[in-house]
Parts: sequence; C-alpha cells; structure tokens
Amino acid sequence: MINNSQHALKTQLWRDFTLAARNKSEWMNPLLFFVFAAILFPLGIGPDTTILKQIAPGIIWVVALLAALLSLDSMFRSDYEDGSLEQLTLSPYPFAALVFTKVSVHWLLTGLPLILLAPLLATFFHLDGDATLILMQTLLLGTPVLSLVGAIGSALTVGLKRGSMLISLLVLPLYVPVLIFGANAVSASTAGLDISGHMMLIASLLALSITLAPLATAAALRASIG
Amino acid sequence: MTLSEFFYMDGYYLYVWVSYGLALVVMLAQYILPLRRKRELLKQLGRKKKRGQRL
Amino acid sequence: MLQTITKLASLKNFYFFCGKLLPWFAWPTLILMVVGLYWGLVEAPADYQQKDSYRIIFIHVPAAWMSLFVYMVMATSAAASMIWKTKASEVVANSCAPIGAAFTFLALATGSLWGKPMWGTWWEWDARLTSELVLLFLYLGYMALQSAFEDKRTAARATSILAIVGVVNIPIIHYSVEWWFTLHQGPTVQLLKNKQAMDTSMLIPLLIMATAFKFYYVTVLLMRSRNEILERESHSKWVQEEKERL
Repeated sequence: MINNSQHALKTQLWRDFTLAARNKSEWMNPLLFFVFAAILFPLGIGPDTTILKQIAPGIIWVVALLAALLSLDSMFRSDYEDGSLEQLTLSPYPFAALVFTKVSVHWLLTGLPLILLAPLLATFFHLDGDATLILMQTLLLGTPVLSLVGAIGSALTVGLKRGSMLISLLVLPLYVPVLIFGANAVSASTAGLDISGHMMLIASLLALSITLAPLATAAALRASIG
Repeated sequence: MTLSEFFYMDGYYLYVWVSYGLALVVMLAQYILPLRRKRELLKQLGRKKKRGQRL
Repeated sequence: MLQTITKLASLKNFYFFCGKLLPWFAWPTLILMVVGLYWGLVEAPADYQQKDSYRIIFIHVPAAWMSLFVYMVMATSAAASMIWKTKASEVVANSCAPIGAAFTFLALATGSLWGKPMWGTWWEWDARLTSELVLLFLYLGYMALQSAFEDKRTAARATSILAIVGVVNIPIIHYSVEWWFTLHQGPTVQLLKNKQAMDTSMLIPLLIMATAFKFYYVTVLLMRSRNEILERESHSKWVQEEKERL
C-alpha cells in the first residue's frame, strides 16, 4: 500500500515532467548550448588532433558546467511566480523530499542528456574510446552534484528579479572541486595513472550533496518565499 | 641592519615593499571606511530628523 | 552568564557592548603592529636561502590565517542567526564578509609577490592557491547576495545558508598542503616539530603579527557592526539620543 508521502512525491514527479514537456526550451536550450559551445573550441583553437585530445576533458567539463548554470534559473522560478512553491512548503509532506524530486527531474532533463551527448563531443575532439568512457563515468557522478548544488544557488536567488547572474557567482566556487576532479580523472587516465582516488572523491561529493543539498535548498526556498 | 639595507631588502625591495604597502593600504581602508560610514549615517539621521520624517 | 548573553541579543545592548570593547582591541592592535613590524623587518635575521624576501611572511601568513578564521566566525554567526534568530549574530556575520575578503585578497596578493622571487612564478594552480581563490569568491558571493535583497530579514536568511554551505572549503584550504604534494610549502607552525623548524627569532615576530591581525580584525569588526546596528535601528529613540550625544 502506497502511503501519502510516496504518492505526493510521485505526483510531484509526474507534474514536473509534464511541465517540462510543455516547456521544452527550458531544458533543451542548455543542451544545445552544450554542443555548440563545445564545437567553438576546435574552431577557435585549430584542428590539431594532439592539442584537441589534451584539452577535451577540461573543455567538455567546463561546457557541461556552463550548461548546468544556464538551466538553474528556471528550476524554481515558474513555481515561485505562480505560487505553487509556497503551497508546497505548506503541504504536510516532507519539503526536502519534494525538493529532491524536483532536482532529480532537473538532472534527468539537463544532466543525463549531457552524458549521452558526451560521445558525440568526444568525437569532435578526437578523444579515444577508453577516455570517452571515463569521461562519461565522471559526468555520471558529477552532473547530479551540479544539479544538487546548483539548486541551492537557484533557491537562494529565486525571489530576486535579476538573480540569474548572481547564481553563477554563488554556485561556481562550489562547482570547482567537481570540475577539477572530473576533468583531471580523464586526463590522468589518458596518461595511464590510477584514477580510483579521483572517482572516489567525486563519488563522495555526490554522497555529500544528495544528503545535505536538499536540506539547504529547502531552507533557502523557505527563506526566499519569506 | 643599516637604513639603506632596510630599504634595499637584499634586492627584493620591490616584492617586500609592495607587499607591505598593499597591506597598509588595505588595512587602513578597512579602518577608515567604517569611520566615514558612521559619519554619513549620523548625518543622514540628523537630516531625517530635521525634515520631521519618520526615521 | 547566560543572562548576559541573552541581553546582548538586543541590538541596542550589543551596540554599547561593542563600543566598550573597542578601545581594548584598538590600542593593543597599534602596539602589537608596531612591535611586530619592527621585530620582523629589522630585528629578525635574514633567511639563509631567501635572504630578505622571506619577510613577506609577516604579512602573508597572518593574512591567510585570518582569511580562514574570519570565515569560521562568519559561518558560526550565520548558524547562530539561523538557530536562535538573533539579529546581533546577523550583524556580525554581515560585518565579517568585507573584512574576510580583504584578508583573502591580501593573502593572495602577498603570496603572489612572495612566489615570484621564491618559486619564479606569480601564480600556480596548486590546491592551496586555488582553494584560497575560491574563498575570495565565496566572500564576494556572500556580499553580492546580501546586497541583492531589499528586506534585511530575507537577506540574512539567504546569506546564512550560503555561509554555512561554503564551510566545506575551509578544511580543503587548510589540509590541502597535507593531502596534496604541491608547490606551496607545508603547514607553517608544524615546522616547529620537525628539524626544518622555523627559527624562534622568526617565529616570535610572526606570532606577534598574527596576534596583531586578530586584534585588528576585532577592532574593525566592532566598528562595522556598530554601523550596521545604527542603520538597522535608525528609527528608534536610542539612536536619536546617540546622534545628539555625538
């Protein structure tokens, strides 16, 4: 028998997916940006295969980060503006869990497609199969962190009129560790070094974010709603 | 240490004195800014009171 | 004791309390700075390898220590604001941010000026330098977030969350030199314990300067806090009386 909270979360999930289906640009635009921005680098730097191979992990990760930033502003804004966010805080269901569901939908629409698009970008940069696989693994562990931590920034600024620039300033310092370990894991694996440390660190960042970020996000949303 | 040795800092005078200079500027600024702000605030309060505004 | 603390939660009491403390921190700051600077710049001997360029340490290390210390005070005040909803702790947290940013900038700048003669480079992307740079952005982000809200209450709640979330960076900065073998040298005061210990003739002025910086920090913090209280309580009678008095 499904209890009320589970039902509420499922309803939330379904609602967010339905809304996303009706507002495709909110999550598709960042993905398009991801691909276009990545393509700009070979065009600007030149087609030298050796150079492209070297810079690929860093560039793909940075572009993933920027795409995530682009998608953050819309995470809570429409719900805030039409008042449904406030209704959620008043509901008897655990707010942090509802927030986590929202963030999960965000990741499924903006983070997961990045991982699936990564092989395409890897081709543009002449990244070999093994490295691409590692890249996808780092993205798999890292992009949820981007969504979870980004949600905190989004929640803090949702009540502000021009919050989108501020989000970047708040969230980028917190993104730095994920970027460093994610990109370096791929570079290190290409050099033949052991990357288990890198992967474990990203995994621990993920564990930390999953447990704590929804709480911080919930608190931030409550503060923004006032 | 003679005075000229003091300023010359064994050839590193640029690095050492710019560092100490920066420290002086930054820390003086952090001291003076609140002082000026306080004066500003009290002046503002005086003006508001004169106009009979609800402060 | 608990009564005194709870009385301080009122902004008016806190204002006058800070005022009373001010001279006790301002004068020692001046004295310690003068003594520390003289000892560090004149009395302490030149380093065997780095000659006189090492003297930047008397600014760089205290500034770096303060950049971390101030953040911890800020985060603790922020946590207090969230838990007990006290306005005084909100004021302290807000006042910490610009001071912390200043110290962080100073640590980075003097570190860069020391790095050039010592390592031959103005900057390196090693763990400690990178995480200290991140700290600067955390401070700036706090200040930006705070000024973005019109309502001080909402601002305080938002910035408190940000300050607490950013605390993860502090252990990263502190332990980065132990966890990663990088360019930046190992922990300064631990050098006491091993053979390459810092000579007492250099350690003492360093500790004096560190103490001077701490007293300086409290002085400036008290000044900024009092200003913020005046601004917040500008409509109240006691502020008017204060204005008459001054």
